[in-house]
Amino acid sequence: MIRFDNVSKRYPGGFEALSGLNFHLPRGQMAFLTGHSGAGKSTLLKLVALIERADKGQIFIDDQNLARVRKRGIPHLRRRIGMIFQNHRLLFDRTVFDNVALPLVISGYSTDELGRRVRAALDKVGLLSKERAYPVTLSGGEQQRVGIARAVVNKPALLLADEPTGNLDPDLSQEIMQLFSQFNQVGVTVLIASHDLDLISHMHYPILRLKQGRLIETGGIPAT
Amino acid sequence: MKRRQPQRVAPTGGQGATRRQRPGIGQGLRNYGRIHAQVLVSSLGRLYRAPFSSLMTIAVIAIALSLPSGLLALLDNLQRLNEGWDSGTSISLFLKEAATDAQADRLADELRGWPRIHSATVLHRDQALAEFRELSGFGEALEALDENPLPSVLVIQPAAPTAPDQAIESLVDDLNRLPLVEMAQLDLQWVKRLGALMEIGRRGILVVGALLALAVLLIVGNTIRLDIQNRREEIEVTKLIGGTDAFIRRPFLYTGLWYGLLGAALAWALVAGGFYLLDAPARQLAGLYNSGFLLAAPSLQATGLLLLAGIALGLAGSWLAVGRHLSDIEPS
Repeated sequence: MIRFDNVSKRYPGGFEALSGLNFHLPRGQMAFLTGHSGAGKSTLLKLVALIERADKGQIFIDDQNLARVRKRGIPHLRRRIGMIFQNHRLLFDRTVFDNVALPLVISGYSTDELGRRVRAALDKVGLLSKERAYPVTLSGGEQQRVGIARAVVNKPALLLADEPTGNLDPDLSQEIMQLFSQFNQVGVTVLIASHDLDLISHMHYPILRLKQGRLIETGGIPAT
Repeated sequence: MKRRQPQRVAPTGGQGATRRQRPGIGQGLRNYGRIHAQVLVSSLGRLYRAPFSSLMTIAVIAIALSLPSGLLALLDNLQRLNEGWDSGTSISLFLKEAATDAQADRLADELRGWPRIHSATVLHRDQALAEFRELSGFGEALEALDENPLPSVLVIQPAAPTAPDQAIESLVDDLNRLPLVEMAQLDLQWVKRLGALMEIGRRGILVVGALLALAVLLIVGNTIRLDIQNRREEIEVTKLIGGTDAFIRRPFLYTGLWYGLLGAALAWALVAGGFYLLDAPARQLAGLYNSGFLLAAPSLQATGLLLLAGIALGLAGSWLAVGRHLSDIEPS
């Protein structure tokens, strides 16, 4: 599903965020990505979503070489990926329903289909009763669940999460991780960046460990 | 140029069992129309939710548009007034007082034979008197006179109304030399001068109009630019979850369209209001000149043109802003 082939990324100014990364996350696999802050976790996720481009090496999503995706093709690539952010990135002037519906609006779904799918996604994260609420009235954990609902509403085959539990207490974090686990059980490939070792070490998924831009441990994930 | 189509991922497991089928062309067009209609309505809703700032922008646009369109409408009225008189240049031939009606008729027949003359109409002394009495309001004064003081008049239309002024002047000279003629007068030259003045006025209005149109463009562009900045987070998030540039651009373009359209509509209302205020004094003035002239509000055509211009300026202004500022915003 995600294949890194000797991938390096250097930011302007010379800072090498990632160097010589090799790994292959198979379809339907869930894995964690960990390391100290600055180790390159976010950069790796950004490369997958084409928010940044690699300087060296090749990245394949579903056998599609990302280097060959032109600017025009980026939106279509991102529609196949559900992304979850530490700070949720919800739109605060819109209801929960409208936030979750946004990916479907972008893809041009009809109103009926859209309502059905949004409610299904909200149901999955347990927030069906809050569809008319505004994000600001929700707790941190609920906001993150809205973010997850938005990421999965389009039924992407791949979920990327960048510190999804960064702002949550341990119980809520556990809940959120369980949610990802459930999506993985129905076949979604999941890659979660987290530095919460305590939490992720209890979950028995492979852990990719980054240190200063190098992959020092793949936790059983095959290196290419 | 071959562009690689993004492959549809067939998700494993139960997730994608009901994945939407690729729409056909008809369905696609319907979707396209529906999406545009939605954005059209939602961008109007957005303006409605910030009524004060929207109205400010719309009012500025309206004032900028109403000035040239109001002046043009006034000028059209003047021109209409002018056209009533301007049926080409004509020459009035005042005959000597001694000339009889029969002589006048004979002269007219003769002149009709001249190649430089298109037509000659005789106004006999009695007719001239009757017309004068009717139009001038001095009828009673005329009663006091023993005899008709007015000469017979021949109204001459030169053969080519657009002939150069020299040709017409030489014709007038020739006519002046005829023995029966007291005086040949080139009429309505001043109408032409007024016409030329009005042409200058029209050009002036067009220049002012072009400048104000540019102003509208910049106003809309700046408003949209601020709008883009205020919605930066929304734009970033939309890009992150796969919104195309077209999708992100659309609401801003429609907002510009609404600004232009509503501004033009308000401009029309301002012009119509101005004409309403001018109507009574214009009637009074026309009455003093014994004219049936009525001030005509901007025509349907002019109104349509104004609205179209508003839409075009709004769209162009937002297009400029969107083109310049939207690509600066990339998620990081």
